[in-house]
Amino acid sequence: MMQLIKIVVFSLLTIGFFTAYSYYGIPQIIPAPPPEKEELDLEGITTADLIVLGERIFKGKGACTLCHNDVGGRAPMLDDIGMKAQENMADSRYKGTASSVEEYLYESLVDPSAYVVAGFGKMGTQDSESPMTDVRTGSIKLSEEELLVVVAYLQDLSGLDVTVEIPVGSTGTEESGQPAATTTQVVTTNTRAKYDSAEEILSQLACGVCHIVGHYQGLIGPDLSHIGGSRSKDYLRRAILDPNAELTEGYMPMMPPTYGDQLYASELEMLVEYMSRLQ
Amino acid sequence: MQSGAKHGDKMRHLDWKCLLINSMLLFGSLCVLTLLSDPVYAAEELVEVTASNVISPPELTAADYPQILGLNSRVTVWLVAQLHLWFAAFVLAVPIFVFIIEAIGMWTRNRKYDDMAYEFIKVSITAFAITAILGGLLTFCLFLLYPHLMQYLSGIFRESMFIYALLFFAESVTLYIYYYGWHWLQGGNKKWIHLTIGLLLNSVGATLMFLANAWLTFMMSPAGVDANGVFSGDSWAAIHNFLWNPINLHRTIANIAFGGSIIGAYAAFKFLAASSQEEKAHYDWMGYTANFIAISALLPLPFAGYYLTAEIYAYSQQMGITSMGGVFAWLFIIQAVLIGVLFIAANYYLWCGMGRSEGAYRYNKYIKYIAVVIVAAFLVWFTPHTLILTNVELKALGGPYHKYLGPLGIMPAKNTAVNLMILFTAISVLLYRRANKIPTVSRVEIGNLVQIALFTAGIINIFILGTYYGYFTNTVYKIAASIPQVLTTLIIIGISALIDLVIYKGAKEVAPLHWGRIPDRAQYALFLVAVAFTWLMGLMGYVRSGLRQHWHVTDVFRDNSVEAFTPTLGYAASVVSVGVVIFMAMLIFIFWISQVSSQKTVVHGYWKTT
Repeated sequence: MMQLIKIVVFSLLTIGFFTAYSYYGIPQIIPAPPPEKEELDLEGITTADLIVLGERIFKGKGACTLCHNDVGGRAPMLDDIGMKAQENMADSRYKGTASSVEEYLYESLVDPSAYVVAGFGKMGTQDSESPMTDVRTGSIKLSEEELLVVVAYLQDLSGLDVTVEIPVGSTGTEESGQPAATTTQVVTTNTRAKYDSAEEILSQLACGVCHIVGHYQGLIGPDLSHIGGSRSKDYLRRAILDPNAELTEGYMPMMPPTYGDQLYASELEMLVEYMSRLQ
Repeated sequence: MQSGAKHGDKMRHLDWKCLLINSMLLFGSLCVLTLLSDPVYAAEELVEVTASNVISPPELTAADYPQILGLNSRVTVWLVAQLHLWFAAFVLAVPIFVFIIEAIGMWTRNRKYDDMAYEFIKVSITAFAITAILGGLLTFCLFLLYPHLMQYLSGIFRESMFIYALLFFAESVTLYIYYYGWHWLQGGNKKWIHLTIGLLLNSVGATLMFLANAWLTFMMSPAGVDANGVFSGDSWAAIHNFLWNPINLHRTIANIAFGGSIIGAYAAFKFLAASSQEEKAHYDWMGYTANFIAISALLPLPFAGYYLTAEIYAYSQQMGITSMGGVFAWLFIIQAVLIGVLFIAANYYLWCGMGRSEGAYRYNKYIKYIAVVIVAAFLVWFTPHTLILTNVELKALGGPYHKYLGPLGIMPAKNTAVNLMILFTAISVLLYRRANKIPTVSRVEIGNLVQIALFTAGIINIFILGTYYGYFTNTVYKIAASIPQVLTTLIIIGISALIDLVIYKGAKEVAPLHWGRIPDRAQYALFLVAVAFTWLMGLMGYVRSGLRQHWHVTDVFRDNSVEAFTPTLGYAASVVSVGVVIFMAMLIFIFWISQVSSQKTVVHGYWKTT
């Protein structure tokens, strides 16, 4: 009987160790919630808004940055793709039908194997086949309008003029939030419903990933749990709109300066009001 | 003695009843499912079926998921499925190595092997009944808690589900003939018939697993359906989906390693409970054999894992990156800890086991070097690539990657580490084999030198592949380099084993092995292997299923239940741990039952004397 007790205790301790390690030895990343469909009203959208929207889809729903980043080396960087497009179309390996940069960019999204940058093809295909899928399919499923705004963003990224024209009366669907492969989420469109509370803003903008605020325990940015006691509302507003203008000592300029574009004015004030109450 | 035999008969009779009840339970539930998948019998059309009988997935809302008794549907199905899988893995794996051990016994005409094979299969018999009960429970849970999904799946797989139910009968019948006919089918042709039944049993078992694998891999990489999930009617295409074979291979190997580890735990339990030296010797030998089986399967398992991961990437780069570079990236650090624990515990057991031999002192001096390499390889495998850091830590580090440790966090370093870990485990096995032997053939020195040269060249090759191709080329070659690394390891193990067989052919024993001369702590190493393996299986089950994220069937059938979110690793670890505790409790119950069934109480004055 004593042996049995020893075995049980030993097994429980082992299981306990694995559990504790998974809790305390590993950061508890909270994956983004499943995306929800939103209607995008693109009618009358300005070019600047088109580019902002394109960037959001590029980094969010499109999941492009999963591979097109400077860390993993899985796919070529696209900073100058607009400039290289002509060169690629003239390459003997090019199998597509595009005759302009805009068409080339569109084609590369829906038929990635039309031209594969050397060294980035599927293994064993001599760069004749791309590992990328048609972004209109699978879990990405970009709509026609979303494809066009991504093309607009890529043109702008390369320093080219945006030539994309959104058909009049277009609406598309966007699934808010990034795929769970990444840990943060970008939300806000010109047509989304307003956030009801500051807590919802904190949650939707993932403030807690970096800050200690509310029940969040992020450690990358300054502790905001008593920020209202030491900072004015003007300071707080500026810190959200232009976070890198004045940095808290000991912290690096890492906060995105885009929150001003993502929040309605009333939401911004709601958030400032909430933070000012954190005494 | 006679009463003991009667008692045994009664137990067997009860087993038959259990078999019948369990089979009927599983068969019945699958029949219900199959019938309900047919629109004619469905009381409510849960899955959209068009006039041409084309099955397509419905778009669900949270309200479409039944709530029963306040149960958390996902956790309920998760736990029941995992428990069923643990037991199923065990009862499918044991007959594989029982068959092999029985064949070795026939080949060598050594009764010891036959007796041990019988004892192995005896342990799995009670587990078989529990597997069936859990299978029935899982079927009902799935059907009651996820009716729309199950109707969609059973609409696509109705034929294979029906065949599965029939095969379950075949599995039960062959298993029971194999077990109960063991002592009857002995000697001459009868033994061949028995071995053939063993082969049949394993064939049926493998087919059962492959069919079930088809259903779950379809959910990961659907085939035979269009972009909207509409089923074309081609069942074979749905079965033969992209990830079917990689999962089949991975599960088969993992099941053998898992089964070996559980039998090892059983032997350890019996060893610790043994009251005589004879019993200790028997269970020591049994534990050694089980551990040997577990290690033998553990060695190729990482390669099967790489194959599976490569195929996941090939199917969907996004799914691949989600697993290795997204939210699940940290899970593989936990996996590294668990596999490191497995390797270290298995090696430790081998090193302790060298105490059985009088000749082991010749090799003891090498153990510490092997230990250093295995622990170092473990630490490399364990090193994360990036960490979530505080601002102060980021500044102190000068960036997200540590100057020296950062490069150890990426896959080329880990591939190199795991290959070295496997190679040095192979050296442990070789030393153990040699410990009690004195070679009698000539040119032993040449054989040894060839082995040393082989290992040295192989290790250098693995290093070059891991460093040059791992750090100085792009990602495609980094992944490609892992294949020659694996081949190098396999070639070294294969050729050195052959050389060992040649140079130790007809070798003399230093002295008879002292089975049972092993410290108790070595038995705890066997328990550690079993617990770590069980926990690891649970964890990998979570990631395999979690890769689908918010999809019941990837990209075609969305999960809109309130539990569609991907849980954190801590949450998942808790569910896995609860499952492991339940599994271990049931296992200890099985071990205890197997012990109780062999005990007899002699009572006086209770029965009338006739």
